Amino acid sequence: MQPIVVQHISKSYGKVSALRDVSFTVGPGELFGLIGPDGAGKSTLFRILATLVLADKGQAFVNGKDVVKDYRAIRREVGYMPGRFSLYQDLTVEENLRFFATIFNTTVNANYDMIRDIYEQIAPFKDRPAGKLSGGMKQKLALSCALVHRPSVLFLDEPTTGVDPVSRKEFWEMLQRLRQRGIPILVSTPYMDEATLCDRVALIQNGALMRIDTPTAIVEQFSTKVWAFRASDTWRLIRDLRAYPGVESCFAFGEFLHVVMNADPEKVKQDLITEGHTGVAYQPANAGIEDVFMALMRAQTEIS
Amino acid sequence: MTQPAITTHALTRRFGDFIATNAITFEVAQGEIFGFLGANGAGKTTAMRMLCGLLKPSSGEARVAGFDIYTQTEKIKQRIGYMSQKFSLYEDLTVKENIRFYGGIYGLSHRQIREKTGALLGKLDMEKEANMLVSALPLGWKQKLSFSIAVIHDPSIVFLDEPTGGVDPITRRQFWDLIYESADKGVTIFVTTHYMDEAEYCNRISIMVDGKIRALDTPSALKQQFGAATMNDVFLQLARAKS
Repeated sequence: MQPIVVQHISKSYGKVSALRDVSFTVGPGELFGLIGPDGAGKSTLFRILATLVLADKGQAFVNGKDVVKDYRAIRREVGYMPGRFSLYQDLTVEENLRFFATIFNTTVNANYDMIRDIYEQIAPFKDRPAGKLSGGMKQKLALSCALVHRPSVLFLDEPTTGVDPVSRKEFWEMLQRLRQRGIPILVSTPYMDEATLCDRVALIQNGALMRIDTPTAIVEQFSTKVWAFRASDTWRLIRDLRAYPGVESCFAFGEFLHVVMNADPEKVKQDLITEGHTGVAYQPANAGIEDVFMALMRAQTEIS
Repeated sequence: MTQPAITTHALTRRFGDFIATNAITFEVAQGEIFGFLGANGAGKTTAMRMLCGLLKPSSGEARVAGFDIYTQTEKIKQRIGYMSQKFSLYEDLTVKENIRFYGGIYGLSHRQIREKTGALLGKLDMEKEANMLVSALPLGWKQKLSFSIAVIHDPSIVFLDEPTGGVDPITRRQFWDLIYESADKGVTIFVTTHYMDEAEYCNRISIMVDGKIRALDTPSALKQQFGAATMNDVFLQLARAKS
């Protein structure tokens, strides 16, 4: 049995289509990433799977149970960390944890092995109100609260948004350990670099899944040749390259620009130098998930 | 030589026993894109609020656009623009109404507001959306609109607090086009971000750890200094080394 099955789900709010014919499955013990910007429809999908919102069309199953008919059973079995900080700000760390254990008719002690790794990192602050924790610590507490009733499926809606790079890295290390326990995890993120930490990902934009595969396969199947260019004056380089004949797209990627073009890079370099650019260098770029996402976004815009 | 856009000397802010910003000293040149990085809770927001004239320092000195942050906060507010991911526009006003509102706040005349509105809508290609409520716009459009409104009064410095969080990858880069364009016109950009690739787009960056500035240089010099391939590695080394 696949722990999460989504079949042709659509959902609109008035005239706005939040989800359009979305289908995918998450296998046992799989860490599945939903990668896309804010407003892509990720949270709506989580709410449907967590039985909090009804889809207009399609079906979805969690642990083989229907999200509409069997919602009570599903609620007992899933751990759900919503996108907005969902804890009680004026309760302490420990009180929040006890509260969530109690509403699931269990105790913190009974399931302490589930949360030990994570909770130990915030235990020194157990008497602090949740509202006074730093961003990274809030997320650790929220994850502890989502795990305290020993769920068999985990839904994490943007657990790392607004969190600094160090805390993000720590959070993903915790997810890797949870995965080793065999818990299937559906996690969403707007950070494209986090895609590579998932077993499989779905790229989502404007309510539609553009691609589902392993991160490696998604990048390998991307056949467009991308060149990396740099020069001393980045902003001038962006403008000059965008105006260059044969250049399809040119976007900044860290210290280089990623350029998709029908042109000989050596000639481009010489022309740039002639135009007065200094420090010009180029090399073949290692395209990543973000390059693929941007190419798919552009294709999607052209179709609609 | 023109005077720096921002200078601080041993700028400090305490909250009780806690030192949120601990004797930070730096300069930002006019027209520079300055990345102000640090982990959550490192003291960035406190420092930024002092520089915007919203919070009195406990000790130290700072001048923003030539004005003193103790005694000339009202002058500072007229000369700076500010936008953050959290607060920017009024969702229940239309695009045009937001422009008029902020233009009015910054003391532009009716005529100036009319001219600015036309130019701004044209530049963002949003003429058709002029009478739409801001709440109906996609996030990326909102962010571009709020940047344009943050510079509607031609400030000499603009403070951007995580302006691109959660924004799609194309819009995030279009947003940086706007930043580059403003800097090119001489506007100083003071920006925080959690995207380390964006740190590379800055002329210089500082990294705060536990209230102090622990590194300050160009991205390439910092990578060299820390023997790191990317800014992400530099950041991880500094922020992990703390306790």
